[in-house]
Amino acid sequence: MRTYVLGLIANRLGSSALTLLIVSFAVFFATAMLPGDTATILLGQAATPEAVAGLRAAMHLDEPAFLRFARWLVGLLHGDLGTSYVNNVPVADLIGTRFVNTMRLAGITTFFAVPLSLALGITAAMFRGSVYDRVVTVLTIGIISVPEFMIATSAVLLFSVYLKWLPALSFASDATSFAQVLKIYAMPVITLTFVVSAQMIRMTRAAVIDTINTPYVEAAILKGASRWRAVLLHALPNAVGPIANAIALSLSYLVGGVIIVETIFNYPGIAKLMVDGVSTRDLPLIQSCAIIFCVGYLTLITFADIVAILANPRVR
Amino acid sequence: MNDKITNWTASDDAMVENAIRRGATRRELLTMLLAGGAALSAGGLVLGRATNAVAATPKSGGNLRAAGWSSSTADTLDPAKASLSTDYVRCCALYNRLTFLDQGGTVQMELAESIKSGDAKVWTVKLRSGVTFHDGKSLSSNDVVFSLKRHLDPAVGSKVNAIAKQITDVKALDPLTVEITLANPNADLPTILAMHHFMIVADGTTDFSKGIGTGAFKMETFEPGVKSIFSKNPNYFKAGGPHVDSFEFFAITDDNARINALLSGDIHLAASIKPRSMKLVESQPGFALSQTTSGNYTDLNIRLDLAPGDKADFVMGMKHLINRQQIQKSVLRGLAEIANDQPVPPASIYHNAELKPKAFDPEKAKFHFQKSGLLGQSIPMITSEAPTSAVEMATIVQQSGAEIGMNFDVQRVPSDGYWSNYWLKAPVHFGNINPRPTPDILFSLLYASNAPWNESQYKSEKFDKMLVEARGLLDEAKRKEIYGQMQVMISEEAGTVIPVFISNVDAISANLKGLEANPLGGMMGYAFAEYVWLDA
Repeated sequence: MRTYVLGLIANRLGSSALTLLIVSFAVFFATAMLPGDTATILLGQAATPEAVAGLRAAMHLDEPAFLRFARWLVGLLHGDLGTSYVNNVPVADLIGTRFVNTMRLAGITTFFAVPLSLALGITAAMFRGSVYDRVVTVLTIGIISVPEFMIATSAVLLFSVYLKWLPALSFASDATSFAQVLKIYAMPVITLTFVVSAQMIRMTRAAVIDTINTPYVEAAILKGASRWRAVLLHALPNAVGPIANAIALSLSYLVGGVIIVETIFNYPGIAKLMVDGVSTRDLPLIQSCAIIFCVGYLTLITFADIVAILANPRVR
Repeated sequence: MNDKITNWTASDDAMVENAIRRGATRRELLTMLLAGGAALSAGGLVLGRATNAVAATPKSGGNLRAAGWSSSTADTLDPAKASLSTDYVRCCALYNRLTFLDQGGTVQMELAESIKSGDAKVWTVKLRSGVTFHDGKSLSSNDVVFSLKRHLDPAVGSKVNAIAKQITDVKALDPLTVEITLANPNADLPTILAMHHFMIVADGTTDFSKGIGTGAFKMETFEPGVKSIFSKNPNYFKAGGPHVDSFEFFAITDDNARINALLSGDIHLAASIKPRSMKLVESQPGFALSQTTSGNYTDLNIRLDLAPGDKADFVMGMKHLINRQQIQKSVLRGLAEIANDQPVPPASIYHNAELKPKAFDPEKAKFHFQKSGLLGQSIPMITSEAPTSAVEMATIVQQSGAEIGMNFDVQRVPSDGYWSNYWLKAPVHFGNINPRPTPDILFSLLYASNAPWNESQYKSEKFDKMLVEARGLLDEAKRKEIYGQMQVMISEEAGTVIPVFISNVDAISANLKGLEANPLGGMMGYAFAEYVWLDA
């Protein structure tokens, strides 16, 4: 068993490294296809040929793009994310605090969203067809259908503009006391919980219903096991695989996909940083952000796979 | 405000305030209001409101928080590279210019005590004494020489490299005197030095992340793309200094989020809001709008060297067909001033007020189209989301055309790549021009025969001669007259139809006082932090 899991992890790490390499190449070629470079973008309308040439030389952009990419890749192997073209600050410094912010927001959201979704999904499956199940289903489908900028903006209108309970902006650095942390994170976390929970609730409900329908659970119920016991002890272990995968997919969204929430609440996270990088064609920054998103995604998926294997009684 | 007057908007308030600033008497104002249809009692009330705004006494203290609309990791504290409004705001807080433009558009001295020249070619700048940088160093002529010469070095990446090229030499005559030599006479130098990019930095500065300047605020924190915090400079050279103790500035890109932050009391100023959000702000007590019309415009360009613009009657017809009032009222919801097909805005001291905009007259337009032989033909017109409101303007022209039997084939193209693929190129298309401080810069950039952005390919030797002549003239009255004639020439002869100047509107909380309109742009020409105060 242990060798199997270790082998699986090793295999996963190997293919992850390969995926990362492929992703960085893909990002490089996609960036290279964008019109203009950092010098022309920074100069804008003032981009006369000699001004562009001068600025390119000053920023060392006159080397071939692929050479710069290769140099960045070698630097990465030494743990160096490179230096931003735009403001000459090490990319690690730019990402540093904003990555912490993103992880903090993702962590708090996970803390609320996962237990909530599991509870709602499992109970909805147990009382399938009941009024409760229908209410949960209608609400989750309703929430999936509402775009997150709508949820976020409505929340701001209600809690900040009319009730004046919460600040409309979420500056992570303002959080000095626990009460302030609550105030600052309340709305972004509510919005994101809405966005990620719906998917998890649906998947949990479907997976649990699938296993409830199997003959062995039926047998357990016939033998006199209570409904709770049948679902939690007999059905759930076999449903953990798909649930873990659904959770991983939903949470991976929190690492790099929360640009809308970051924009509306002015929360300084990493998604906005990458958008800035793209708009100024700042290759080291774009590459580093892409790698971070990719690592986050792969970690979550691998973790979900391992959980699924460990939880599955047949594999164990 | 329970004493609401129907049809009275914030832009009317601004108009009255403007008139008061220009020195209009109470009687003149009342006449103006009555002409506008406001009842006498309401008139007195409006005046009270506007005079209060002008005459209040500043209060000290408080933490000013304001939000612009764009910010990224490219944010910079290097004035030469400043490109976004947010950069201008930060630089205005930290640095000073030799001169600046007041709300009337006239040049005032800031770090300079005087700027003089006998021939408009060699200029002597006397600096104010006793000005210190935030690190304690005194301002000297070497700092000015360094700050101006930087723009000529391509490695700096200055935004005003093209304008700075006319400076052939800058030298320090003594610690407080600088001599600037130009390639050719240019009487506009004091105005050019009022541009944000020509702010004065300390001699030898290469690292701009500390923001060491002579300005009203010192930098506390600066995180590109996140926010910046400034504190009051206790040694500021201007008497009184800034009124607020600290100033926090960041950008909220989403228009709704910016307004919500204002309405919830998180910020005191939300810069540049869209016309459709105005009602939302106006309907809430405790908030106000501040309108600036500084010379930004979207124009319909007809190239004079290609069909159909090679027929002068077609161009004349278009100038009569465009419904300026409708564009002002319905496209821009009143946030615009009617323009007269030339680029010098009403706020400029050189604006030719006698040149009236061509009236909307479909019959006259029809006559000209008929004369050009193009009536009934289908004329392609390129529009896009890229120039502000160009799609709506195209629709209005198309509808007016349909009524007189003139067909316009409106082609809406993507905004990505619009400026490089369609602008200046298509025979009939839309453009958008940002404000420029002097007529000379506008004309050289847009209408001289060799202008890089000659939108309609207007060529006139007479115009070019007048441009050079006016540039070197130190006699203001004479210059104003020449510029006035040049505006008439553009309006009559060029193929650029400029229907309106588009206003910028900042939304502010009512306890923010002292904000005035400025011809250099919104937020008081981006320098508001130094002048405003917070009324408890």
